[in-house]
Amino acid sequence: MRLLSEKISQKRRSRFAGPVVLLIGLLLTGGLYAAFAPANADNNSGPSADEVAKGRALFQVGCASCHGANAEGILTKRGNNYGPSLVGVGAAAVHFQVSTGRMPMAQAGTQALRKKPVYNDEEISQLAAFVQSLGPGPAIPSESDYDISNLSAEEIAEGGEFFRTNCTACHNFAGHGGAMPNGRFAPKIYNDTPQQIFEAMLTGPQQMPIFSNEVLSAKDKAEIIGYVKNLNKQPQYGGFGLGGLGPVAEGTFAWLVGIGGLVIVAIWIAAHSTRSSKKKKVDA
Amino acid sequence: MSDNHELEPLPQAEPIANPGLPPHQPRPTDVDPAAERRAERQVSAFFLLAALLSLGFGFAYFTTDVGDHPTTFLGLGASTLFLGLTLGLALLCLGIGAIQWARKLMADEEIVEYRHSASSSEEDREEAIAAFQTGVEESGIGRRSLVRNSLLVGLGALGIPAIVSLRDLGPLPGNKLYHTVWKPDMLVVQDVGFNKIKPADIVVGQLVNAEPEVFSPENKGPDGEPEYTGTKLLDATAKAAVILVRMDPNDIKDKKSANWGIDGILCFSKICTHVGCPISLWEHETHHLLCPCHQSTFDLADGGKVVFGPAARALPQLPIKLNDDGYIVAQSDFHEPVGPSFWERG
Repeated sequence: MRLLSEKISQKRRSRFAGPVVLLIGLLLTGGLYAAFAPANADNNSGPSADEVAKGRALFQVGCASCHGANAEGILTKRGNNYGPSLVGVGAAAVHFQVSTGRMPMAQAGTQALRKKPVYNDEEISQLAAFVQSLGPGPAIPSESDYDISNLSAEEIAEGGEFFRTNCTACHNFAGHGGAMPNGRFAPKIYNDTPQQIFEAMLTGPQQMPIFSNEVLSAKDKAEIIGYVKNLNKQPQYGGFGLGGLGPVAEGTFAWLVGIGGLVIVAIWIAAHSTRSSKKKKVDA
Repeated sequence: MSDNHELEPLPQAEPIANPGLPPHQPRPTDVDPAAERRAERQVSAFFLLAALLSLGFGFAYFTTDVGDHPTTFLGLGASTLFLGLTLGLALLCLGIGAIQWARKLMADEEIVEYRHSASSSEEDREEAIAAFQTGVEESGIGRRSLVRNSLLVGLGALGIPAIVSLRDLGPLPGNKLYHTVWKPDMLVVQDVGFNKIKPADIVVGQLVNAEPEVFSPENKGPDGEPEYTGTKLLDATAKAAVILVRMDPNDIKDKKSANWGIDGILCFSKICTHVGCPISLWEHETHHLLCPCHQSTFDLADGGKVVFGPAARALPQLPIKLNDDGYIVAQSDFHEPVGPSFWERG
């Protein structure tokens, strides 16, 4: 050690000493920066420029006709939204709308309907990356957020309380959905994936209000999803859901089909009568 | 009328000869002993099948599980399915057997029975009236006025127990309908979770179903137990439940309503002013709040004004402000009664 420091000390007056020290300093700084700063960026898993560019290309083909070439939105002549601006809606909104097939819309209408998705998973994440790059908005939730496999019975029950407080007014207490004003409706939710339900709460698609993570925490949301999925696992009694409307639908069915059927059978019994033209043989 | 006399007088009776009943036609079972025996076998087969199905009901009751881990059959709850099927079919088989019995085997000769007058005979009626008169005479209810009047007093006094016990059902409502548990500086917390809320937690387009903080189980009464539980909690919640919504402040048309909120965050009663259903179907783009019971629709951007449906009054708004820690609190109680209209409000 002493030998090494002496050797270095001997060379310290060399004319290369300055540049070498400078070089070492630069390498060290650059190396440290490379070691720490990009690592942080990786943790954010920000989309690559390539992904954003691909998303932009997809967007300009499939979405720009309504949302504008730069997703700035298009107004109609009367000043209504033709396609709303997507700046700041976030990647989660894009993933929900496109993965449920609601976007791209088949035609302008009261409400975007669920259909077979047009884009595959890779394309959806590229579109999401592009829209996320336009302005800050809710990112696609991580898988641990909506993981419902480890929920306890208590947590699922609490999810039921959250569900009945926040969701059932529109989506029905069995998640079957219901009618809204002006021809709109709240869709049934039990076929959606946990990720889609989570994103719907986070982004408030169409008329649905937003339930931010700051108020209804990610864990609360996971509990709600756990409850909905658990509800779906329960056996159907009788085999007909009848829209999950409860006594009204069941009573209507019993009165119209049940009692109506009995009336028809009674009429049928009274209408049929076989008679014989033979005479009874007396003392046969 | 002048031409009445030109009408032919009506025939006195039987304008058309009574054709009488058509001749009776026997059924196959009446004339053919083989058919008769067959019908007999059919009837008893249905009755025995009903017995078997009732036995099946008992079997299904004890072999299928209900509760947390129900037995399933083709994805249906086996217990309910088989109990319903066996009992339903057993009753049906009894019914079919009875009908078959009546239609194939019981006598079906047509007979004629004439109706009789519904009133009693003259003698019976006079006898009953006489017995009643005798009773009145003998009891002396018309003559002995002391007995009669004291009886009336005795019967009338029975009203006292009725009034007292009905009064005992509860105190008069007083001015309870005009107030809720909201007080100045009471925290507005999320329903179920009871977490406090800062304006920054709520984004534009958000809905929060909220309650006063006193409903939290953490809020202990003087006895160390949660202050609001059971029916007391339900009664208080039925009036104090609220929703917080946030909209773009530029969308709010009613200036007073905007001033009662914080940067577009408004707090409204969750109780519909029609018949008091909890109301939280909020469309965040139209700012309309819809009641699921009778479709009353309130415009939250316009002070909760009714825009559709049977509700007669605007939705009451709770004035909110921030406390020193930056959490949303109530400025005061509601300034008007929440929920349905009532008689004294006029």
